[in-house]
Parts: sequence; structure tokens; C-alpha cells
Amino acid sequence: MLEVFHSCGLFAADLTHQVHPSNDVPLVLKVLGLLVVGAPAVLFATLGIASLLRSKPLSERVIARCIQTGILTGLTAAIAMLGLMLLWNDTQIPIELGSWVQMENPAEHYHYHFIFKFEFDRLSVPFVILTFVLCGTIGAFANRYMHRERGFNRFFVLLSLFVVGMVTTSLAGTVETLFSGWELVGLSSALLVAFFHERSAPASNGLHVWIIYRVSDAALLMASVALHHMKGEGDFDGFLAGEWPMGRTLLEPNQAFFVGLLLLIAAMGKSAMIPFSGWLPRAMEGPTPSSAVFYGALSVHLGAFLLLRFSPILEQSLIVRILIVVVGLSTALFATFAGTVQTDIKSALSFASMSQVGLIFAEIGLGCYYLALVHILGHGCLRTLQFLRAPTLLYDYRTMEDAIGERLPKFSGMWQGKTSERVRTWYYRLALERGYMDAYLKECIVRPVLSALRKCDEFEHRWTRMLGGTVIEKKPSSEASSAFEELL
Amino acid sequence: MNELHLPWLEVSVLVALFGAVWVSCVRDQFTVSRYSLLFNSIVLATTVGAWIDYEFINPAGVIPRDAQDYWNPLTKLLGRPIFVIDPLSSPLLSLVALLYFLVSLTTLSTKVRRFSFAWTLFSEAIVLATFCCEDPWLIIGLLAAGTIQPYIELRMRGKNTGVYVKHMALFVLLLVIGQLFVDYEGRDKQVHTLWAIIPLLIALFIRCGIAPFHCWVSDLFEHATFGTSLLVAMPLVGAYAAIRLVLPIAPDWVLRTIGVLSLMTAVYAAGIALVQTDARRFFCYLFLSHSSLVLVGLEAVNAISLTGALCVWMATSVSLGGFGLTLRALEARRGRLSLTNYQGLYDHTPALAVLFMITGLASVGFPGTFGFIGTEMLVDGTVEAFPYVGVAVVITSALNGIAVVHAYFQLFTGTRHRSMVSLEIGQRERFAVVSLTALIFVGGLVPQYHVSSRHRAADRILRARSAVASGTVSGEETAAPNHPCSLVEVGRCEWGWVEGLPIRKPRIRPCGNVPHGQEVTWHSPCQRTYQRLPPQRHRWENEPAWQSAETRRAVPAQKTRRRLVDKVRSVLPPGRRPLPYVPRACSASTVSRRPPG
Repeated sequence: MLEVFHSCGLFAADLTHQVHPSNDVPLVLKVLGLLVVGAPAVLFATLGIASLLRSKPLSERVIARCIQTGILTGLTAAIAMLGLMLLWNDTQIPIELGSWVQMENPAEHYHYHFIFKFEFDRLSVPFVILTFVLCGTIGAFANRYMHRERGFNRFFVLLSLFVVGMVTTSLAGTVETLFSGWELVGLSSALLVAFFHERSAPASNGLHVWIIYRVSDAALLMASVALHHMKGEGDFDGFLAGEWPMGRTLLEPNQAFFVGLLLLIAAMGKSAMIPFSGWLPRAMEGPTPSSAVFYGALSVHLGAFLLLRFSPILEQSLIVRILIVVVGLSTALFATFAGTVQTDIKSALSFASMSQVGLIFAEIGLGCYYLALVHILGHGCLRTLQFLRAPTLLYDYRTMEDAIGERLPKFSGMWQGKTSERVRTWYYRLALERGYMDAYLKECIVRPVLSALRKCDEFEHRWTRMLGGTVIEKKPSSEASSAFEELL
Repeated sequence: MNELHLPWLEVSVLVALFGAVWVSCVRDQFTVSRYSLLFNSIVLATTVGAWIDYEFINPAGVIPRDAQDYWNPLTKLLGRPIFVIDPLSSPLLSLVALLYFLVSLTTLSTKVRRFSFAWTLFSEAIVLATFCCEDPWLIIGLLAAGTIQPYIELRMRGKNTGVYVKHMALFVLLLVIGQLFVDYEGRDKQVHTLWAIIPLLIALFIRCGIAPFHCWVSDLFEHATFGTSLLVAMPLVGAYAAIRLVLPIAPDWVLRTIGVLSLMTAVYAAGIALVQTDARRFFCYLFLSHSSLVLVGLEAVNAISLTGALCVWMATSVSLGGFGLTLRALEARRGRLSLTNYQGLYDHTPALAVLFMITGLASVGFPGTFGFIGTEMLVDGTVEAFPYVGVAVVITSALNGIAVVHAYFQLFTGTRHRSMVSLEIGQRERFAVVSLTALIFVGGLVPQYHVSSRHRAADRILRARSAVASGTVSGEETAAPNHPCSLVEVGRCEWGWVEGLPIRKPRIRPCGNVPHGQEVTWHSPCQRTYQRLPPQRHRWENEPAWQSAETRRAVPAQKTRRRLVDKVRSVLPPGRRPLPYVPRACSASTVSRRPPG
């Protein structure tokens, strides 16, 4: 596969190019870089501060204008950056915003710094442009779709937070910067899943999404700490040499295996790979625009992006690559299987997304990085279009049914007649319950852990009452219904 | 020791005390509330003034020294500095005053009859005095005095005080026993015995709420007013006591023990917070988890983890303080909050919901907030010392994050709450909300100043500890570029400080063997310029013989010395002290010989 792309000239590494050191970047590129990063940040700050300080939220028109201005500014700057990079044949432009934190003591031989660094290269620039395009589209769509909705202001505040997170993650030049964006994306996603506050299902689904994201965040944080521990810094230059995707890692193979494994867990959580896939259909509880941009297009691809960003580390460990392929293909098969029985259009689309992301993982595991990138870009755009079309499609179906005077014809599956009814029912239930994976996770991990914690809590109650010399009462049974796992 | 430009410290403590007396004489509770707010504001202003003044006389780049008040009447009265400000305590004083101010500010009119402003001002004075104080016995006295106010409140509310009294009595008793042993061994011990360490350690565990000594915290949160519970917990007085009393004298294995137990408590409390059905208990366990994390960082004893721990300390106090105030505001509107079912309060109190989320996530170290950098440094630093700790800290952070968002969804979403009265946030609460949010984001987005300040404090703690652990005050002094080494101070050699920490070795090198109690001229402390040297070079030319580790090895006659000292004491008239014992094996030539290199 790599040879094919080489022969097509798709690897820019074959061309003559230049890489700027961080302190030698032309001013115009620096300004453009700052605009790309700064526009969404200013947008979020504007909407957020206005929401906090004002007793009444901003009007819909003002919010729409803010979104339009912020995203268009960022998009224009990103496209200009791409144009200049192509014009000047630059393939990697690091932009340092200085040390966020610096702490050193030469006498004691320790040094700690936290650099805010962004990197514009062949991976980050397409991804950030995709982010701006899709978020701009969704912003324009949601402006009408969410008209007079109670949480109109909240939706756009969270959308702008999501854009900040996506841009930060895409352009990150250090692990810490990447982790910051990664967490912002997770938070905005979970809060948007629980957008409709007046119902309990969105809240419990939002919590479910947040829990999986925390697992993913924890894995990424451990990888970040491990890289810090191994190389003494979180700057990509410390452990990745060369430009994407032809770079190589400076880690030892066993180090690369360990870090690669943690990165894979982080990516699996974020991209809904099995066994963490249960959150994706649940995430459809949020408003359609957020479902489109988060779980159809951008957020769900972030795990794949992470693997692409650290692909030189993955190259170093064959086992991790095999694991990536296995996880990706298994998820693709599972999603195809479960997606066939979905009766809700958004759920069906979510499983379709999952299967495509599984294929992207497999491509990354096989080393087809450019193919994976192109797949992400194409799939993101297509899926956003499908999600946005979904509400009107249902309307069209109803119109068609009214026109023909009966239900639209149902097409029987290929297994009809080849297998028995019992087998088909069994498989149907298996697919409908998503392979019982959520149930297994809940029964095997969540419930025992929470049960043990509850026993500890009960013991503490008894101990405290005994110390206080009061009567030991049994906890009221009504509290048993508050079980945490019941919310999931 | 430097001097501040005004007597900020003494004024802040005295104003709080005076305020306590004043408002206790006023009957109308609403007037009391207003007066209390006034006194709290003055105290906040003076502590901020002390902080700014201290930073002014110790600008960045210069290694800071302790400072005491201008005029320092207490010092003149008692003959030694009582209230001292150093890099560790300078921002903490303002933080304490801010917390008290915000609690007073956000006490709603419906609650003023239940909340004792006079006792709150009294406890503020005690906590401020504790943070200004470096002498072990004074700290112990103040810690003991600090236990009074919650007890009285529990009694006034008719609640069971058994759990609280038992824990606090044990805490004070163990502190006294431990410090007595430290004093007893202090003059000739570099590392103290278990008789001194274990009581102090357990006392510390009790005050910090380390499992299994944490039940009093949850009991207090359940039975005292939320405001009082917050004020007892949030300043992390236990961590301060750990730094002043235990850190300088504890051997490494003790620190490791503290670290392991703190870590277990952090993970355990984070897990227990997940299954709580009462909002106060949930908050309590969240707090215990965070305060334990601070101790984990303190005990890893390297500069990065210690700086991280001190940053997390500040971040925890600010963010969990705000989190607690939010819960308190919600409680004032809805009564005790249950986490068993959805409350759906978002539509009524969106500002409180936003603050709840911001402060909660800030406490778990969310990016862009106050706690982020501290948590990162804490994890990085502790991993350097003990790799497995990083995993546990990350798990704790993840569990706490889940618990916070779970509570958010339970309280603010899931249903539509119907209320005939407005539950909207008031002006005072909005002020508190906005100021805390600003603090959280400013601290998170521009963290360099804060980190540098905590780094300086961490550096001093480490120097003090290394000085004590190596058995000397220092290796060699070299002058800092902008600091002349020729300063001369006058002091007494029977007590001393190492970088602001009380120790039983004189931190200042005498010019010769000087009798205890005699006023002498010392060379400048200059600890800021100390360099860590190989152990064999940790010697002073004119070091008193009992200070030298080599001499101590050569003379296994500690008991002999003690017997001799006792004999001398028995024949001396009362009030006079014996001269220091110089064993024969330690001749002048032995002491002054420097090893090669």
C-alpha cells in the first residue's frame, strides 16, 4: 500500500520541502497560526463570559454572528496557512507561544517546563480545516434547528468549547497541549449528550459517555506521564524525530510498546472501539447537530487522529500494530452486525460511523497513514451530511408513504430462508443488545466495585455511630435505588 | 530576618479577635452579619497587604527570607519571633482570609441565626495565627485551640459530639506527646525515635483525615453547619502541621508510609464519593481525596512533586471552597440535598450550575483551570519518586471527575423542577461566583507566578529537610550574586530555624563553641546560597562537636553525655543551663580537618 502511494506521489516526503525550526518561522505564519488557535478561544471566552456575567443570555442573532465570525476567521487563517505552506513548500511549521510554566534549579539539576506549542503539518492542517468547515456548517444549521430552544445559548457555548478542544488537539505540539484539548472535547461532548435537561435518559447517557471518556483520558494522561518520565519532556520533538508520517521515534521498543498500548486504550475509548463502543449509540440522545459533528464526524475520529499523530511510536512495536488492526476489524464487524437491527436512524448512522472508524483503525495498524487520513476527511463530511439529512429524511418517508397509501416495502435480509427462525431471533437479540457488552461490563466490573465501596461506606456509618455512642440504624432501603450503576 | 513595612500579621489576627468579641456583644443577627463581613474584609485586606509586602521585600529572583511584622511588639515582648511570614505561608494567609470572607458573604439571611459569626471570627484568628506561626509548641497550642469552635457549634446544635471529641482529644494528646519526645531528644538527635515520630504521625493522620482516622470529618460535615465544616476543612491546616512538625524531623521511611497511606486514602475516598447519596458526605469524601493527594506530593520529597503538592493545595482550597459554597447555596434553597434522584435545578439556578461544574472540574485538575498545572506537576514529580504512584493519582483524578459530573447531573438535570419562588442566585452570591471563577481561570491560564511562588516555598522546605537529614545546617556557603554574605545577626543558639522551619540545631553557624543561652554574634544564615555537597564535606570548621556526624560515630557515648548533663544540671542553680558537652575524642584538630577534595 505504501508503495502505491509513493508511486502516486502522495507522500510529500518525496518532494523537496523544508521544515522550519520553531524560532525561524516567518511573522505572517506566526500571525496566521495565532489566528487559527486564537479565534475559537476568543469565541468561547466571549460567549462564556457573557453567559456568566449577564442575567439574560445573548440574543440568538448575536450568538450566530459570533459563531460565524469566530469560525470563519479561524478557517480563513487555516486555509491561508495551508496556501502559504504549499507556496513555500513548507511541511512542518512549529509555533511556540512560550513556556506556560517554567521551573528550574540548575544546582539541583532539575527542570520542568510546560510549553504551549502548536505544530502545523500534513496531518494537523487538513484536520483543523475539516474541524472549522464542519463546525461552521453545523453552526449555521443549528442556528435554525435550535431556534427558540431553551438551551440555545448553552448549545453554542458548548459548541465553541468543542471547537477550542478540537483545534488544540489537532495542532498540539506537545503531549500536554494535546491532553488539554482532548479533555475539552470530552467535556463538551458529555454535556451536549445531556443537553435536554428535563429528561433523565440524556443525563444518564451523558454520564455514561463521560465515564468512558475519563477512562480514555486516564490512559492518555498515563501515556503523557510515561513519556515525560522517559524523555524528560512532553514536546513531540523529544520522542518523535522527523516529520509526519515519515518520522521515527526516539523511544526504545519496550518503551514504545508500553506507551503505544496506553495510546491505543485512549484511542479506543474516544473512538468507541470495542469494548468501549456502548457509548456511541447512547450519545445520540443529544441534539442532532451535535450528534452530527461530534459522533459522526470529528470527536469519534479523534482516537484515530491520536494514533496517526503517534504513528512513529506505533511503528516501533509490531504487537501494538497487530492489536490496532484486530481492534479495528472487530469493531467494524461488530458495528455492521449491530447496525443492521437498529430501528432509529441516528443509531443506525452511529453504528455505520463505528464500522468506518474501525476500518480506519485497521488502516492505521497496517501503516496506510495517508489512506487513513483521507478516509477520515471523507467519512467525516459524508456522515455529517447524513446526520443533518436524517430529520428531513423521516419527513420524506412519511410523505412517500402518504403518496403510495401504505407502508414502504420492507426488504428481507439475505439470511431469510437460509436459517431457522430461532437462530435468526437469537442473532437479532444479540445484535439489538450490542453483543451484551455493556451488560457484561456492568456486571463484571461496575457492580462488584460499587458493591464493595457501598459495603465500606456502610461499615463507616456503623463505625461512626459506634464512636458517637448512638444507636446503629440500618440504612433505609430507599437509598438502595440510588445505585450508581442504575444510572448507567 | 526581614521586616514588613507594617504590622500586617498581628493586625490581621487582632482584628479578627477584636471582631469576634465585638460581634458577640451585638444581639441583632443581621447587624452581626454586617459587622462580621466588615471585619472579614479588613482581615482580607491586611493579609493581602502582608502578601504583597512580603513579595515586595523578596522580589522574584532573590531567595526569600522570613519576615516579621514592623515594630513586632510580640517579638519584643516574648523575646523571639512569634508571627513570621515566609514563602509557604504568604499566599495561604490571604487564601484563608478569602475563604472566611466568602463564607460570611454568602451566608443568606435565612441562615444568619444558625451561623455563629463571632465564633467564625475567632476561628479565623486562630487559623491565621497558626499559618503565621513556626514554633512547634505554639502551632500545637493553636491547633488545639482550633478544635474548640466546631465542638461548641455541635453542642449548640444539639448534635452528638462523641466522634469529634474522641478524635480531637486523641489528636491533641498525640501532638503533645510527640513533641515532648522531640524536645527531649532534640538536642542530640538528628533523626528522632519512633516514640517521637509515631504520635506525631498519627496526630497528623487524624487532622488530615487519612484513613482510617477520617470518620470525624464526615461526621462533622453531617452535623455541623456547612459553613463551619468548610472552614475547618478547606485551609488544610493538617498539611501545614505536617510541613512544620513532621517533615523536618521524619526519616524517609516515615514519609513513604505517609505517602502510601495518603495515596490509599485518596483512591478510597474518591471511590466512596461515587456511592454517596447525600451531597454533604459526597463533598466530604471529595475533599478527603484531594487533601490526601496534597500529602502524597508532600511526602515524595522532590522539588517538582512538592511544588505540585503546594499548587494543588491552593487549587483545592480555592476550587473545592467554591464547590462547597455552591452546594451551600443550593442547600440554602432546597434543604439537605440528596443524590438519590434527579433534582433538575439548572433552569432555576444556571449560574450556580456553571460554578458547580467549573469548581468541581478545577478541583480534579481540568485543563485551563487552577488545578491543572499542579496536578500535572504532582503526577510527574511523584512518578519520579515512585512510578506506581502516578497510576494511582491518575485513577483518583478520574474517579473524582466522574463523581463531580455525576453529582452535577443529579442536582441540575434529569427532570424539571417546579418552584413557586425564585431560586435565582443573589447579588452577593454572584459576586462570590464571579470572583472565584476569575481566580480559577486566571490561576489556570497564567500559572507561572503561582508556580514560581510555590516553587520557592518547596525549595525552602527541601533545603530545611536536607539540612536536618544531613546532620548539618549546611555544607558550604557561597554568596548569591546579589546577596552579600557578610550579614551579621544576633540570636540565641538554643533554638533556631532552618529556612523557616523550627529545628533543634542552630541554623546559624557560631564562630566557635558558644554556650547555650549566651547571646552571640552569628554569621548570616544565607541558607539561600547553600549548596548540597557530598556528605563527607558537610562539616564546619568550628562546628560544635555534638553537631558533627563523624564525631557522633566516634563517640557512641550519647548516654554518657546525657548522664553528664543531668549531673551538671543537678548541681547548677535553677534557671542556669549547662555548657555544651565537648567529648574528648573531638579535639580541635579533628573537627577542623577537612576531607580531601
